[in-house]
Amino acid sequence: MQSQATYNYKVVRQFAVMTVIWGIVGMLVGVIIAAQLVWPELNVHEFLSYGRLRPLHTNAVIFAFGGCALFATSYYAVQRTSHAPLFAPGLAAFTFWGWQLIIVLAALSLPLGFTSGKEYAELEWPIDILITLVWVSYAVVFFGTIIKRTVSHIYVANWFFGGFILTVAVLHLVNSAAVPVMAAGILTPKSYSAYAGVQDAMIQWWYGHNAVGFFLTAGFLGMMYYFVPKQAGRPVYSYRLSVVHFWALIFTYMWAGPHHLHYTALPDWTQSVGMIFSLILLAPSWGGMINGIMTLSGAWHKLRDDPILKFMITSLSFYGMSTFEGPMMSIKTVNALSHYTDWTVGHVHSGALGWVAMISIGSIYYLLPRLFGKPEMASKKLIEVHFWIATIGVVLYIASMWIAGVMQGLMWRATNVDGTLTYSFVESVKATYPFWTIRLLGGLLFLSGMLIMAYNMFLTMAGGKAVNAPVLAPAAAH
Amino acid sequence: MDINDLRSLFTVLAFIAFIGIVWWAYSDRRKATYDEAAMLPLDDDSPFVPTGPQVTKNQERKSS
Repeated sequence: MQSQATYNYKVVRQFAVMTVIWGIVGMLVGVIIAAQLVWPELNVHEFLSYGRLRPLHTNAVIFAFGGCALFATSYYAVQRTSHAPLFAPGLAAFTFWGWQLIIVLAALSLPLGFTSGKEYAELEWPIDILITLVWVSYAVVFFGTIIKRTVSHIYVANWFFGGFILTVAVLHLVNSAAVPVMAAGILTPKSYSAYAGVQDAMIQWWYGHNAVGFFLTAGFLGMMYYFVPKQAGRPVYSYRLSVVHFWALIFTYMWAGPHHLHYTALPDWTQSVGMIFSLILLAPSWGGMINGIMTLSGAWHKLRDDPILKFMITSLSFYGMSTFEGPMMSIKTVNALSHYTDWTVGHVHSGALGWVAMISIGSIYYLLPRLFGKPEMASKKLIEVHFWIATIGVVLYIASMWIAGVMQGLMWRATNVDGTLTYSFVESVKATYPFWTIRLLGGLLFLSGMLIMAYNMFLTMAGGKAVNAPVLAPAAAH
Repeated sequence: MDINDLRSLFTVLAFIAFIGIVWWAYSDRRKATYDEAAMLPLDDDSPFVPTGPQVTKNQERKSS
């Protein structure tokens, strides 16, 4: 055996615990804004108004909850599949504290009204610079660990995590390019985008859709390729398919952004290219989904009494659903009905709650006992309860938004025989109230599930010792 | 040749490269390597024993 070297679990533990905490915070803000749509009186102060809280919700769930989950799982998987502890542990600690600082700054600056107005990239330039520093450190730690691996292969999960880290770096740098405003000779936190007009819109949605494709897909697919085989106790269904899956995503995702700009000033051919690449994306997405689900082939019985596996397999089902729905919605004629309606919101949450949150929750449940020296989570029963509450919550959420969205789209396009609009906008708002109420209920259920998870997490942590597993000696006798 | 020809050429090359990757990934030569790689996450504490040939290379040092 080698020396007593252990994996660096400290940073994994920190990120894993904060995943649950930020998940609760981000989803709570989501529940608040959902309630504000039903009861507008809840917009009690400008700091807490819908327009300020909505970007806070999206940033918190994507970058705080999703981001912490990605840091935790990628740091865990890359060490264990490389049989080497993390490279540059000091830098890894910096990524944790730096990322938490960014989240806190976002939670302060967005309600105060500091925003660059770019969706999913609202944070102003000083925070953007901090994000760049943390992200470069993340890349150094991650790729440094891969370089010092003691096994010959780079496991496929690490390819997905690596692709996600590199792409997000490029996306962030390009889309956040901005000119700060000088006032009275000093720099202010306010800035204006380096781009203008339709180019700005295209760069924004090149960023926006690849944030979906790489932050919210490639990264979480890395999670899937490590934790699903781990929890199922079986190797991935087809390793060759996973290799093709990786490259297919890399080659196609970059081009899909224009589908966010159908029927705008964007040139028509660009819209068509965006639509076609979005349609092509169905193939790798479903290839990946099938690869994940079929990993369980021959061991389906495990699904019956393993709630963690239920989370993972359900997440893949939602991944399949939303990656079917997405290409359909990118077809221009479908988009003419769906765009700007709540259908889009339903689609996003089918991916965000159903896929991203559920695969993260499953992976964190896998991690927590291992990080705190326990054989399993304190209560398996509560994981089961969490699973069902979350699933019912997602179904209520997306079903209500589908109905609301299609209804809005139909109402907005309805015309009378003389060519005038049948409905005024506010009539569609009025008709949507019942569905917004159901959505609020769905969101509340999903949030309750996270609270149960936090309770279970603290029970598991209580009396447990923070442990670091020994590094696997590659030449160990087997 | 204007820049748009280069752009079209790049798209075609990217497509050919992708077809090459598919062909390479599904070639028989890669099978043994991928079977080993697939076992990487399970090498440590897994109760699952594959029916095929046992994993060996993952236990060898990269440098050796």
